[in-house]
Amino acid sequence: MAVSVDEAVSTGPTRDHTPPARRLGGRGRSVLEVALLTVLAVVMLFPVLWMIETSIKENRDVYAIPAKFFDFKITLEHYKDVFVDPDGGRSALSVAFLNSVVVAGVSTVLATVLGVPAAWAYSRFAVKAKKDQLFFILSTRFMPPVVVVVPIFLMYRQVGLIDNKLGLILIYTAFNVPFTIWMMKGFVDEVPAEYEDAAMLDGYTRLQAFRLFTLPLLVPGIAATAVFALIFSWNEFVFATFLTSSDDVRTAPPAIAGLIGGTTTDWGLVAAASVVFALPVLVFAYLVRKHLIAGVTLGAVRR
Amino acid sequence: MAFISPAMLLLLAMSVFPLLWALYLSFTDYSATRGGPANFIGFGNYTAILTSAQVHTRALTTLIYVVGAVGLQTVLGFGIAYLISRRTHGRGVLTTLFLVPMMLSPVVVGLFWRFMLDAQFGVVNSMLGSVGLGQVEWLTRQRTALLSLIVVDTWQWTPFIMLIALAGLTAVPKYLYEAASIDRASEWFRFRTITLPLVWPLLLIAVMFRAIEAFRLFDLVYILTNGGPGVSTETLSFHIYKVAFLGFNTGTASAYGILMVLVVIVLTQFYLRYLNKLKEG
Repeated sequence: MAVSVDEAVSTGPTRDHTPPARRLGGRGRSVLEVALLTVLAVVMLFPVLWMIETSIKENRDVYAIPAKFFDFKITLEHYKDVFVDPDGGRSALSVAFLNSVVVAGVSTVLATVLGVPAAWAYSRFAVKAKKDQLFFILSTRFMPPVVVVVPIFLMYRQVGLIDNKLGLILIYTAFNVPFTIWMMKGFVDEVPAEYEDAAMLDGYTRLQAFRLFTLPLLVPGIAATAVFALIFSWNEFVFATFLTSSDDVRTAPPAIAGLIGGTTTDWGLVAAASVVFALPVLVFAYLVRKHLIAGVTLGAVRR
Repeated sequence: MAFISPAMLLLLAMSVFPLLWALYLSFTDYSATRGGPANFIGFGNYTAILTSAQVHTRALTTLIYVVGAVGLQTVLGFGIAYLISRRTHGRGVLTTLFLVPMMLSPVVVGLFWRFMLDAQFGVVNSMLGSVGLGQVEWLTRQRTALLSLIVVDTWQWTPFIMLIALAGLTAVPKYLYEAASIDRASEWFRFRTITLPLVWPLLLIAVMFRAIEAFRLFDLVYILTNGGPGVSTETLSFHIYKVAFLGFNTGTASAYGILMVLVVIVLTQFYLRYLNKLKEG
């Protein structure tokens, strides 16, 4: 009987009673695998749970040594601080969240409006050097942000787009268009071109055929693609931090990062702000979980 | 083409034009703060960068980081995917739970690990203490700072490899395994001759993708260690930032950036060629 590496490992702890272990080899191994998965899941999720826990702890307990895992007092004070200024009125963080909504939302709409027709054209028409064009488009997405930000900074300084929401919207759109085109091309490829051909035989123009017959079938794909673009823009940090400075314009990532530094850091507030920031992303990601592989590989891998 | 040109124009304006500008600046001694005219200095910036010992150090740091982080992610991610693929119940829930770190912003990830790795009140040291181990200054010692960076990146991106490996594993046709078990092939033999060869092409895509992303890493360094202590966690991206925004040597930074872009373009070409081969094959 051949012994695999896994079996060799799994019989390790139960060596004292070899006969039953051998008979139950399959089950013993299965238990071990479940145990291993559980441990890995706990390790992967612990930082997230710890973040949530810290966000509802009183400051005393946040800095407790040794760390308190269960016996702490629950408070929602940090969440209040995220949205409300100590002097009353709106907090700088809540303004940043609003800015993030505007910037991510508008840039996503723009990227969709520009990207979907392009994806359709790449899928349906014989475009010259199509493959090269598509490769070029994806290459722009791989540019290191830090490298791009230097000339963008100089360019924006010339035209007055520094510390301006429009500047951020433009650069996020430019970064999401390649993704939208690649992702959407996959979805368009899945809709048979014959639908449009048949409609055109019935006297519709190509554009009408697209709008009336193909577009409705693309809606789920467009929604999924837009959600990913939204997440990318929402999470983006490098451009946001170098191209904006004032509280009125700054988006949430640099605003949250700005909470540290100085001599003391209110980690409870950082945790609460992080939870508020991450929650919509997780909800959205859950909604598009079917397309997650295509989404995170920028539309390159589809299953 | 009316449908493509608006998107193309935006890309030309926001990606290609800035790069061409950077290319021009890379041959000058321009400084964004000093202002004044940019003097043409030929390949001066390039030779300065390529012969700089500082840059070599950053290149080595980046290499260690990329190899360490991507290597760990691959092993862990594939391992988790393999374990999940062998389960029949609760696969969906497990996968969803494992994917959480990947969806978080690098800002959130960086800040939070900074808190957890804090030498005084960090929960990691607290747990080490409770099992009788010594305290570690994770982010303020040279060796452990780079290690911490690798660990945090691994934590965030293991799910990425896992997700793609899982797609590969579930796509392996069942009848292959059935045929192999009729032939009484050992499990290790099945893994080596069926699972691995079929999953490998897709896994390689994931690994290359991660390598490109890791090579340009900036935000996590900025938040977690700010390049320190000393320069021990300064990656190439982070060094460019310092040259450009703290040293104000815009010309030098541009040349530095162009060199990085060249590396990225080469890596991306490999990645896309390979991807194309996989799609056609």
